[in-house]
Amino acid sequence: MIYEEINTGSRTRRTLTGAARVLFELNVDGPLVVGLALIAVYGLIVLYSASGQNVDTIVRTVVRLGLGTVAMLVLARVNPNFLRRTTPWLYAIGVILLFIVAAVGHIGMGAQRWLNLGIVRFQPSELMKLAVPMMCAWYLHERALPPSFLSLTLLGTLILVPVGLVAVQPDLGTAALIAIAGALVIVMAGLQVRIMAIFAALAAVGAWFGWAFMHDYQRKRVLTFLDPQTDPLGAGYHIIQSQIAIGSGGVFGKGWMNGSQAQLEFLPERSTDFIFAVIGEEFGLLGLGLLLLLYMFVVGRSIFLAMQTQDTFARLLAGSLALTFFVYVFINAGMVTGLLPVVGVPLPLVSYGGTSVVTLLAGFGILMALYSHRKLVSS
Amino acid sequence: MPAGRIKDHWGEQRLFEMRALVAGTLMVLLTLTLLGRLFLLQVIHHEYYADLSQGNRVRTEPIPAARGLILDRNNEVIAGNQPAYQLELVPEEVPDLRGTLKALVGLELIRAEDVEELMRTIKSRRTFDSVPIRLRMSDEDVARFAVRRFEFPGLDIKTRQTRFYPSADLAVHALGYVGAISETDLERIDRAAYAGTTLIGKLGVESAYEPQLHGTNGFRELLVNAQGRSVERQGAFVPNLRIKAPASGDDVLLSIDLKVQRVAETALAGHRGAVVALDPNNGDILALVSLPGFDPNMFGRGITSVEYRALSNDIDRPLFNRAMRGTYPPGSTVKPVIALAALTYHMVDPEMRHYCAGSFHLQGSAHIFREYHNERHGYVDLDDAIARSCDVYFYSLANTLGVDRISTFMAPFGFGKPTGIDISGEKPGLLPSREWKAKAFARPADQIWFPGETVNFGIGQGYLNVTPLQLAHYAGIMGMRGKVWKPRLIAALRDPQTGEIHRIPPVSQGDIAGVSPDDWARVIHGMIGVTTHGTAAAIGAKAPYPFGGKTGTAQVFTVGQNEKYNAKNLDERLRDHSWFIAFAPADAPRIAVAVIQENGGAGASAAAPIARKVLDAYLLGPDGKLKPADAAAETFPDQHPQQAPDPTAQTPAPLTTAQPPAAPPVAKPAGTLLPPAPQARSATAPRQKQAA
Repeated sequence: MIYEEINTGSRTRRTLTGAARVLFELNVDGPLVVGLALIAVYGLIVLYSASGQNVDTIVRTVVRLGLGTVAMLVLARVNPNFLRRTTPWLYAIGVILLFIVAAVGHIGMGAQRWLNLGIVRFQPSELMKLAVPMMCAWYLHERALPPSFLSLTLLGTLILVPVGLVAVQPDLGTAALIAIAGALVIVMAGLQVRIMAIFAALAAVGAWFGWAFMHDYQRKRVLTFLDPQTDPLGAGYHIIQSQIAIGSGGVFGKGWMNGSQAQLEFLPERSTDFIFAVIGEEFGLLGLGLLLLLYMFVVGRSIFLAMQTQDTFARLLAGSLALTFFVYVFINAGMVTGLLPVVGVPLPLVSYGGTSVVTLLAGFGILMALYSHRKLVSS
Repeated sequence: MPAGRIKDHWGEQRLFEMRALVAGTLMVLLTLTLLGRLFLLQVIHHEYYADLSQGNRVRTEPIPAARGLILDRNNEVIAGNQPAYQLELVPEEVPDLRGTLKALVGLELIRAEDVEELMRTIKSRRTFDSVPIRLRMSDEDVARFAVRRFEFPGLDIKTRQTRFYPSADLAVHALGYVGAISETDLERIDRAAYAGTTLIGKLGVESAYEPQLHGTNGFRELLVNAQGRSVERQGAFVPNLRIKAPASGDDVLLSIDLKVQRVAETALAGHRGAVVALDPNNGDILALVSLPGFDPNMFGRGITSVEYRALSNDIDRPLFNRAMRGTYPPGSTVKPVIALAALTYHMVDPEMRHYCAGSFHLQGSAHIFREYHNERHGYVDLDDAIARSCDVYFYSLANTLGVDRISTFMAPFGFGKPTGIDISGEKPGLLPSREWKAKAFARPADQIWFPGETVNFGIGQGYLNVTPLQLAHYAGIMGMRGKVWKPRLIAALRDPQTGEIHRIPPVSQGDIAGVSPDDWARVIHGMIGVTTHGTAAAIGAKAPYPFGGKTGTAQVFTVGQNEKYNAKNLDERLRDHSWFIAFAPADAPRIAVAVIQENGGAGASAAAPIARKVLDAYLLGPDGKLKPADAAAETFPDQHPQQAPDPTAQTPAPLTTAQPPAAPPVAKPAGTLLPPAPQARSATAPRQKQAA
């Protein structure tokens, strides 16, 4: 049917036009897919080196990427209205699962993050990375913006309950990301600048109080972030070695699989949280610049898509998903380069392990659905 | 629907777009911050991090240099190197240090009492240095460890060169020894230069020439991973691993003649005592013996505390270097220098005969100074008094001279100060004087010098104390008619690569000034008399060369005024020390020797025969005849080249040993050290210049 219409132009042009047509029919955004695919391929190349030429790691990552792609393709075809209507249920299920995890963990006298569903181990916290911003967007969808004080209180509760449950697992990194995803929805909904200022002030006071009540070891951790050299073999080791890796890479890098910091195991967590440093060591400033460019392209395209959407739910959710993606990148890169404290946030689409790849791509699927279905919504 | 407000779709769209724009700008700024950070790390500080990265992956492993050999003047090896197995430990690779050491105690590879010391040593080294914890393992030890090796991460058996002394205790007190590097040693050495070195010189030549013997350690760079293991990997990231070969330490060539040393040690064997023989023409020490000795190999392999306690608690004190650190009254061996002093000050008529009735009575004193064994020599002149060692003659001579002249005259002969031998640890002995006594005692009554003390001084008793080295030095000066050379053990250094020999010039300390050749000749004649018809006539009999000597007996135990010294009644350790000094051949000495046998009794009976054996060993060829002059020193070091005297030393007086005693008298140099001779004495009793 669609192929019959394409019969003019060169072979290449016909192929490209055909591909675009296919993507369009799949409700998928071409530039975004290309951007994501480039990042994923780049990631696989780096991972091969960072894992010490471990084919097993690559296979598993490819499988996860495949799963994520499937989730993306499926979600891209889902009607946003349906998505919006099911949001409260999704959220409720997520919270219940988190309670169950907490309860199981409590009974089992140990920390737990996942539910064992026989063949798949499922982390409810991953679900909440999407469910929380969806819920916030759902809540604000029908209300006048900017949100009222009452709405803010309610939204705060909606965010803090799952965040608290994840935080006690304990998984502070994920909890923070969930909170940020929810908060970004509210910010994009037009949260007044003065309220943001008040929150910032409260945070500052809280930090001051926090310092006053902190244990010595906690303070030490903060101080180590501020100056890693105070504890070069303990808490500071990761960040020192990662800075050595990046710095020694220079502009052009030491070459693929030639990073001594990574290959000789000086760099810890080199295929997971600190893979950014491997890129810096082996591909240099140019390699990292290219990666950041790809990320900025994906984020920029996502924001562009979000701006094209036509209802509040879609706009807020799409905006949150786009910005959250950037926050992931920035936190990881900031941590690895020593700008931010060391928190366990992986580099999206590049770091090895976990189901975060699936969640991320599912998020992009939703974003594409929100964009590609816009005409249907408006008409 | 919230009350009061109506949803403004357009407004919300505009609001969102504003926010998206702000967010976009913010993201660009944050990304630029990130890029700025990357620029800082990767461009501005790139060199710094590149160095750190290099330091991470490249480890430097030291290659110890081979320690220089120590050889005697005939190129016989006294200290060499031998490969040996040793157990080494890399601290950072050992998870439980104490536990590991305990387990090794269980395997009987180290001793329980050494654990604490080892812990300290290990902690003081860099964590990635390989620290030897057990040296010289036997094959059995190696096997015992090998089967359990998997239980000991971070430990390995290495083959290293260790010190080996093939002749065991021969010349040990000159040589010193090497031992494990102690905490004290670590404080004075450059740790980096000693990485990989296990042994360090502790005493003697080994210690004095440690920097030269040690050489320069090399290193090898290894590619290591984060666990510190060496990794072999092909690939572009392998840096240029450098390797620097070690430079072996210089060989030290000693002036010692092991043949002479052996003869001396054999002759003295079974007794406590010391022998020092030297070449008076340049100060070369030919033999330096202190008995009993010990086997220095014990320290190199790691001495056990039991062994060490046995050595240090031994009543015969084998660790004590008697030759350089033992101080004894010289006894009658000082008589020649006292005689020389009296002659130089014109305070004796050498021809005048004095009657010796076996005792000397000092005016104004009740004390009676006795002759040794209450012997009576009858009428003796100076020559006889030296040859037959007449105490009464020298009591009188000393009394006439007075302490000030004796003390001043003896000082240039090396008494009371270190000889300056080129290894450390030498004792200065004691040359008493009025000034010394005033300072040395606390009670004013003790600070006064008594005339009786001068009388005793004349026969080398009382406060005067000397080391055997000092006496050999003195014997050499006497034999050489006043030429002073600083004693030395190290004649040359040899570069092990090129074989090039760097000779160390002997150091002249000038001449004894102001003594006339006639006076030298007179005293030397007396000393030759000792070995021909005097106290050591039995020893000098049938010697194929004339030689000068002097016996001495140093009192250990003071005999009461009215008692008789009876050796049989005395404990062996309270018997007198037996001294003998000699130089030979008498006309042009090639060797001077001092022998002390502790508690050996009279000098003639115990020490003199030993001295004769040493002289024979050095001077006689296999045919039993005197070797030609240059054959005695046939060896590598100096063939006695004309040495420019040390410019810092005093200007030599124009006296030469080659001149016969009958040479015309030479005017005393203006800058003489001697006090002017009393005019009255020389005026009333003018001496007749006459050959002895």
